[in-house]
Amino acid sequence: MAQTGELKTLPLDAMHRRAGARFGAFAGWSMPLTYPDGVMKEHLHTREKAGLFDISHMKLFLVSGPGAASALATACPFDPEALGEGQSKYTFFLNDHAGIIDDLIVTRLGADRFMVVANAGNAEIDQRHLELVRVDLAWTLKPLDRVFLALQGPAAEDVLKEAGLDLSDLTFMEGREPREGWFATRSGYTGEDGFEVALPPEEAEAFAAELLADERVAWIGLAARDSLRLEAGLCLHGQDITPDTTPLEAGLMWAIPKALRANGRFIGAEALRQRLAGSPEERRVGIKPEGRQPVRPGTVLFDQDDREIGRVTSGGFGPSAGFPVAMGYVAGESRPGRQIFADVRGKRLPVEIHALPFTPHRYRKG
Amino acid sequence: MATTYFTEDHEWVRVEGGEATVGITDYAQEQLGDLVFVELPETGRTLAKGDTAVVVESVKAASDVYAPVDGEITAVNDALSDDPALVNSSATDKGWLWKMKLSDESQLEGLMDEAGYKATLE
Repeated sequence: MAQTGELKTLPLDAMHRRAGARFGAFAGWSMPLTYPDGVMKEHLHTREKAGLFDISHMKLFLVSGPGAASALATACPFDPEALGEGQSKYTFFLNDHAGIIDDLIVTRLGADRFMVVANAGNAEIDQRHLELVRVDLAWTLKPLDRVFLALQGPAAEDVLKEAGLDLSDLTFMEGREPREGWFATRSGYTGEDGFEVALPPEEAEAFAAELLADERVAWIGLAARDSLRLEAGLCLHGQDITPDTTPLEAGLMWAIPKALRANGRFIGAEALRQRLAGSPEERRVGIKPEGRQPVRPGTVLFDQDDREIGRVTSGGFGPSAGFPVAMGYVAGESRPGRQIFADVRGKRLPVEIHALPFTPHRYRKG
Repeated sequence: MATTYFTEDHEWVRVEGGEATVGITDYAQEQLGDLVFVELPETGRTLAKGDTAVVVESVKAASDVYAPVDGEITAVNDALSDDPALVNSSATDKGWLWKMKLSDESQLEGLMDEAGYKATLE
């Protein structure tokens, strides 16, 4: 994504610099891409122990008031009333064509309080989308100023507990406010068990330092965050899902309750119903190159008869998988094992459609 | 005796007896990060200065490595097919990319020596 203008700096920027991070631009932010260990070791470390990610570029919105649930039911294809207190749900903001403006996680904190976690690059668009929602009862939208850290990997629960933050009562996709001004969920973007913790900026450095004092914890950069989520088959908005893709092609209909598909009054509902009446022209799939050569976003895909059938939207190497991994859209048969071809610099590279995720999820379910 | 030249594109070029061995510098491999694939050219191919000779692929991205001078490829480092990370661990030695017979040795005059290259990194 091309960026113009000045980049925003993370509140813990100095801490990342001291850790030897290499920085790059992402969604308008100067972000740590890698630390001296490098993407390969950082990726593996996360799956083996616990990786600490600074995801403060992501945006938290508190939606509250008597009309909060009703507002979210309009803004997203999900049913806030069906969400128990402390439960989180993956959902979207859709446009009038049912295209995905953003994907997000909503957590119910109370009867009329919800936390929305959205992507950095879409924060302003998301805010406008929410502000345009009109419902009968009063509600407010409050963007929060927080440092947001993710601790991901099999040791995450134990590390947090030893650092004085016991979140072992949470299971996957549950969240709560463990301290004044704090917010934590058991979720993440790696396929591993783990947590995302938002906290006031003034408390963040001490908390991060305490976590890092545990020998099982290391800073992990954006490069490994990307390879981890790609192996886990998770979408990156702006790449794998965009305002031009609907949840149908993206294979994300599981996030939309059946009743809402028929009767929902969310923005984009009508367009989605029309899409559901037909069958999608293409579907999101996992892609595994046969050899060692990765395929990159934008790579065009062909079938056996040399007809163009799709494109790669994310692609790289999977350090845990041990082979190149990719994701993209293909028309026609989308079953794993189908042999197709990727055009890489004029050569036709054999690739096959592969089940997602590439590495099994290890979420702590209840 | 071999003389080593450097390019603005962070390549090193070791010349001995009309033949050049080409690789990327330690600085370049550090910038790229862990390499997972190196696309090597066919031997016998003729390259003009600036042509893409090799593509090095890190976990995240693919980057071109250009021919620093004109010439014909005489050998490629096949060890990189099994172990592309040699470029990370030994950029200026075991991680060499290709060898080429020089067509015009006078082109070497346009390249930098080590001190000149290091000055560009500061």
